[in-house]
Amino acid sequence: MDDTEAGRAPRIADEGGLHIDARLRAIWETAPGIRGVLSSVDHKRIGIRYIVTAFIFLIAGGVEALIMRLQLAHSDLKILSPEAYNQLFTMHGFTMIFLYAGPVLSGFSNYLWPLLLGSRDMAFPRLNALSYWIFLLAGIFLYVSFPLGLAPNAGWFNYPPLSAKDYNPGPNIDFYLLGLIFLGISTTVGAANFLVSLLRTRAPGMSINRLPILVWGTLTASIGNLLAVPAVSLACVLLFTDRQFGTHFFDVEAHGQPLLWQHLFWMFGHPWVYAIVLPALGIVSDALPTFCRRPLVGYTPVALATVATMIVGFGVWLHHMFATGMPMLSLAFFSAASLVITIPSAVSTFAWVATIWTGKPVLTTPFLFLSSFIILFVIGGVSGVMTGAVPFDFQLTDTYFVVAHLHYVLIGINVFPVIGGIYYWFPKMTGRMMSERLGRWNFWTMFLGFNIGFFPMHIVGLMGMPRRIYTYAPGLGWDTLNLITTVGAFAFAIGILLFLINLLVSLRRGIPAGPNPWDAPTLEWSVPSPAPAYNFAVIPVVASRHPLWEDRLNESAERSDLSRGYLLDHGRETLATTVLDAEPDLILKMPGDSYAPLALALALAVLFVGLILHSLACSGLGAAAVALAIVVWLWPQRGLGQIGESKHV
Amino acid sequence: MTALHGRQFLVVTASCSVAACSRAPMTYMRTFGPAADPVTSLGWGLTIICCLVILIIGVLLLIATSRARRTDATLASVPIAHPGGGLRWIYIGTGVSIAVLLGLVVWTMFTLAAIASAPSAPVFTIEIRAHQWWWEARYLDGTSERTFVTANELHIPVGKPVLLRLIGDDVIHSFWIPALAGKTDVIPGQTNIAWIQGNTLGTYRGQCTEYCGAQHAHMAEFVSVDSAAAFKQWWDHQLAAAAAPPSATTTHGEAVFLARCAACHTIRGTGAGGILGPDLTHIMTRHTLGAGTVPNDPASLRAWINDAQAVKPGSRMPTLDLPQQDLVAVTAYLQTLD
Repeated sequence: MDDTEAGRAPRIADEGGLHIDARLRAIWETAPGIRGVLSSVDHKRIGIRYIVTAFIFLIAGGVEALIMRLQLAHSDLKILSPEAYNQLFTMHGFTMIFLYAGPVLSGFSNYLWPLLLGSRDMAFPRLNALSYWIFLLAGIFLYVSFPLGLAPNAGWFNYPPLSAKDYNPGPNIDFYLLGLIFLGISTTVGAANFLVSLLRTRAPGMSINRLPILVWGTLTASIGNLLAVPAVSLACVLLFTDRQFGTHFFDVEAHGQPLLWQHLFWMFGHPWVYAIVLPALGIVSDALPTFCRRPLVGYTPVALATVATMIVGFGVWLHHMFATGMPMLSLAFFSAASLVITIPSAVSTFAWVATIWTGKPVLTTPFLFLSSFIILFVIGGVSGVMTGAVPFDFQLTDTYFVVAHLHYVLIGINVFPVIGGIYYWFPKMTGRMMSERLGRWNFWTMFLGFNIGFFPMHIVGLMGMPRRIYTYAPGLGWDTLNLITTVGAFAFAIGILLFLINLLVSLRRGIPAGPNPWDAPTLEWSVPSPAPAYNFAVIPVVASRHPLWEDRLNESAERSDLSRGYLLDHGRETLATTVLDAEPDLILKMPGDSYAPLALALALAVLFVGLILHSLACSGLGAAAVALAIVVWLWPQRGLGQIGESKHV
Repeated sequence: MTALHGRQFLVVTASCSVAACSRAPMTYMRTFGPAADPVTSLGWGLTIICCLVILIIGVLLLIATSRARRTDATLASVPIAHPGGGLRWIYIGTGVSIAVLLGLVVWTMFTLAAIASAPSAPVFTIEIRAHQWWWEARYLDGTSERTFVTANELHIPVGKPVLLRLIGDDVIHSFWIPALAGKTDVIPGQTNIAWIQGNTLGTYRGQCTEYCGAQHAHMAEFVSVDSAAAFKQWWDHQLAAAAAPPSATTTHGEAVFLARCAACHTIRGTGAGGILGPDLTHIMTRHTLGAGTVPNDPASLRAWINDAQAVKPGSRMPTLDLPQQDLVAVTAYLQTLD
């Protein structure tokens, strides 16, 4: 370290030292009222906002699904027009996949990462706020199309030529394309932020073999997103120029290639599927052991399995396109890869089962969600194996079997761990416990409703029911199963409703939690609940994967030091450590609350609104505002060490 | 054939003379031709193995969790421990999984090879063009005088492989007769090849399986597997041009057709040569209208001609608003086209 402000030797202090709490609060707390709401860069507030917003979209997508289930409850019903049904299923898919499943996990990771890593905030707090605002505005942008009756209607994977101007002249598809490009910015900056936060802001001693599995999951997902999102953003730009400027990327008449879209989309789409499950698997790997009163079985294999899944996940996109008339050799390769990708999942599955089997499980609501997830994961996994076997996929693809499979994946592997995770971390977020009693009701209604609703879809799929049909004829043997599915879907919705009720009731009347109500092992439980704005009074020093269980596990003589460490209090600061070993390296000067992220997000929204309105003036204004917001954002600040210290270097 | 007319045909007959599948005419867990049968064995194999996996893990989970403490006491009262032996689970579980998966990969590859091409040379080719939202089928056997065009309902001879050339016209569709073969997408700008063979007499239902817009739900196709003699007779019959209208009403109907319908539809032997809609030369040999939307009975036929948008909203057939007299006449005329 040198003698600059960022390189000074920080004071070492005890956690309970005089006035430290008050001092740090003054530095870190967000202003009260609307100013704070609009300008806060606190990762905890942003994380909770992400989760709440994602749940609002989950409810919207759920209501869309319930309306569709009414239409499908019996053959030849006429509750919905074909166009209404087609907009509903497209919006349902888009909402659940892009506006719920991804963002809700970003919410968890945003909230948890600095707490898990022993840091004061993410590496780029303002980027974090920007990522949330863009997510929110992109979601609103898309949903504006709904009341106008102009919602996207070509399915969530939006294949041209159906989505090309010739067959879809209205602005419906432009909402889809621009919305997805807009949202892609959020995903990308979020992923970059996670990556840098991981590399540079871990507490001293938090070497990569001590990272919680959730961190591995989000890290892997972030790298996946950085590599995958450009493919779909590119596809959307190409289709947008086809539609608006007369280019011919997908235009058959001019020797364009409709299949190009499918390749670009699924090169993104399949890694994205893993991006929206791997962090959720991480939630299970981290939270389940707490309730089994033992460390996770096979930390290293599970961490490696996480990474392996994503790597192989980049080599399986063609399995969404088996029926498009590929050469046999491609089919064989991608089929084999699609079966092989199950192996890392098997590693994790057996690790979880072994953790429960060899542990001393305690039956709590989060445990119910997390352990039942395992069987849903297995069902979603083996049905994936069935669709991965090319010749059988020729039959399965685009039937309800695939609908069943993807809902077991997305609900089983995302929603169940997420709700289990909320039960688990709710005390940390709010300082109160959620009701266990209501929690049991919540769990059993969701679990039974889900399986009653979605398991029969496998069977109706094997009986040949295609997906994305707004109605079906009687006599095909599909009526009874569809009725059961509709009933189950409503039961599942009631389960979600019970969860929301529990959330609201517990927020006001929950039992106060204390710092560590579950007697859990990781860093976030060492700070008060709810976590203070500055997270850690002193930067902890970590000596194992289970800092709070060290005395009882007694695996080595080393001990983490959570109460004595670097006190960083010259304004907002956190510690930068080295990439692999997490040795202290520098002091990072962190930016304060700022309106710049919101301003930039709004400017981008103006730009996109201009594009959908075909208004040059509006787009131009938006572009100018974007440039201005970026300049304001990047204007050098003395407090961040961006001015005036160069002479020391 | 008329006995089959009516609502029931739509699905029930499609099913079958093959009684076994009548309760689920679109299932592919029981199939009737060599392009599908090896896949069906693989499908059952996969289903059984996967159910076993679910069962085994489910039982292990149940046993593991059944020992859980139903205590409301704090977790802190349960001591933390780090018992060994967990890794064995991963080694054994993953090892067994890998062995099973490798076996499945091999089985999959053999199945893929088995259905890659027909066991013997295909006896003729059907060129299928997929449209929003119906199927155009051109039968080709090498000579132009044996070529004809029909729609939505195919016939093939029993026990003989037939080649399908699938040509995209507007958006992407997917051709699928579950009892005879898996799906092949029909993509504009490329020609995909598939083959089917039916070894059991019967009529098999399929439908488009790539989402293709408003009426994706009403884009069924049927394949009748006929005896060799019946098939030849059918083909010969389809080659014939339409007979002249037999009565005054039907003659008027033909005139109405030529004035109002001929821009889109062909009736061979008349001046009607439109190619946007299905060839109607032998419309009465088909059992459904609108690609399986309604049965081809007189009432449905008249309703369809009068206002196809009410029957199949969004379809390319416009509402004609024919005067009642013309409507009756043109319906009567079409009913002579067998």
